[in-house]
Amino acid sequence: MLRTLPRSPVVDAAYKAYVGLFLIYLALPLIVVAVFAFNDSLFPALPWRGFTLDWFVGTTDPKLGLLQDRNILRGIGNSVLVAIATTAVSILVGTTTAFLFERHDFPFKSFAYLMMLAPLVIPGVILGISILAFSSTVANALDDRFGWEVAALRPGLLLVVLGQFSFIATIATLVIAARLRKFDRALEEAAFDLGATPAAAFLTVTLPYLAPALIGAGLVAFLISFENFNTTLMLVGSDPPLTITMFDRMKQGSTPVLNAVSLFLMVGSGLIGLISVMVQRDRGEGRAG
Amino acid sequence: MSAPASIPVDPRRDGRRLALLLVATPFVLWILLIVVIPHVDLLLISLHEKVAPRVFKTGIRNYVEFFGEPVYVQALVRTVAMSLLATALTLVIAFPVAYYIAKLARGRARTALFMACLLPFWVSELVRVFGWMMILRETGLLSNLLIWAGITAGPVEFLYNDVVVMIGLVYTSLLFMVVPLISALDSLDDSLIEAGYDLGGNAVSILREVVVPHAMPGIVAGSIVVFMLTLGNYLTPTLLGGKSSQWFTAQIYTQFITRFNWEVGSAFGFVLLATSSLIVWIGLRLTGQSLSSTLGR
Repeated sequence: MLRTLPRSPVVDAAYKAYVGLFLIYLALPLIVVAVFAFNDSLFPALPWRGFTLDWFVGTTDPKLGLLQDRNILRGIGNSVLVAIATTAVSILVGTTTAFLFERHDFPFKSFAYLMMLAPLVIPGVILGISILAFSSTVANALDDRFGWEVAALRPGLLLVVLGQFSFIATIATLVIAARLRKFDRALEEAAFDLGATPAAAFLTVTLPYLAPALIGAGLVAFLISFENFNTTLMLVGSDPPLTITMFDRMKQGSTPVLNAVSLFLMVGSGLIGLISVMVQRDRGEGRAG
Repeated sequence: MSAPASIPVDPRRDGRRLALLLVATPFVLWILLIVVIPHVDLLLISLHEKVAPRVFKTGIRNYVEFFGEPVYVQALVRTVAMSLLATALTLVIAFPVAYYIAKLARGRARTALFMACLLPFWVSELVRVFGWMMILRETGLLSNLLIWAGITAGPVEFLYNDVVVMIGLVYTSLLFMVVPLISALDSLDDSLIEAGYDLGGNAVSILREVVVPHAMPGIVAGSIVVFMLTLGNYLTPTLLGGKSSQWFTAQIYTQFITRFNWEVGSAFGFVLLATSSLIVWIGLRLTGQSLSSTLGR
């Protein structure tokens, strides 16, 4: 089947209907969550009791809105903190690693490349428990040997950052390396011929070329970090990021404030995702993901 | 080499050495300290046998415990089987959509369709699962719809069974299948399909002889990612399947966090890691692909 070839109208209609059904399947749960953020009821369920904004701005107890809910606000704060740290480290390491694999030859390069990809194929839960186990081994050793109690090595935000970084750095590397591969080395050579130092050539020629990939990878890293659950679950301490707070609420049963938070996440992640696609598409070849 | 002997050192070469060292250091620290050593440590912990509180000896008792307990082995087999099924279903559902976007849609419609597929997956998995819970639970929309339509007399619980877990897993995985499929199908030259028709092929034979072989790297890449994500998933099976899901990651969580039995939990983790690596390896072998060619593109 091709668009240049004639197709039977029945087959064509059935095909379009299938794609339509597929899109409905995709959209349905999100629409349901969004709509019920405005239901004036104490439960995120039918019956519909009228429109309200209470789940965003409500200030009194049973109807405590998103903006007044301390736990949720703290969760958002923790998530932002973790996401910023994870993104910064991932982009830094992703950039150097992209240069390592695109610009250098060294022994066991293909093995090293496989090791770089490995975090993507290790289940997130296992990345989580391995970091949990190792950091506590180190913390216990420090405690036994020197009597130091290093709180940072116990479950908490630092471990969450490390756990997320372990695989987000791979994603960042792949995105940045894909753009670096298309870079015309002659541009750098020209800079050298014009008397630029390697540092100056990097800052004025290579880095601006990479910028769309860096921004794109940064946005994707932020999004993945903010929404990560599996790895975070194993490493979380007494200061849970948003996904963990939401998970606990979901298990217990919650008011539609959960829908309000979800809608906030949908709008936020939709915007970040769109920007990341646009940034990378703007100057041509790049593609998201 | 005909380079004049009067130049003893090449400053450029030294610079390259330094550059290599600079870009290799973060990579080595990352892979060694955060990936390799923690996994080695996990392996060592899984080989600890508890003799008395804080006293351990080395042995494989934790693994023996796993294979000796049918409940654990069953949970693993079940999780693997469900993950394979979810991967196959995702492929079958996603392929026509990817083909439509890559080969039939054009211009604005193509972009819009692609974005429509992408958008739901920027949203947290938690939110998507929450949506399915709102639709499927006893007080949910589907139950109410059935009562309203007079099909059932009272509320029906649709959650906490395998079918629902499968719906959720496929839903969560679709994008990771659609994107590699589109990029694989995009690179298929339309004239090859036309040639297939000219040579007397029909839709089925062209699909089998031309389209699928060409899309194989995309199919393998998508399947590996979907399988790994499904096998390692915790959220969807736990929330949609409840206790009945018996997902293997939930067993690991129980051992690690609830029972604080890290030795057994580590062994479980390694069993999962070994199983998933083995299955991915078999899949790559059967399809003649390699990990770097499918993922590292």
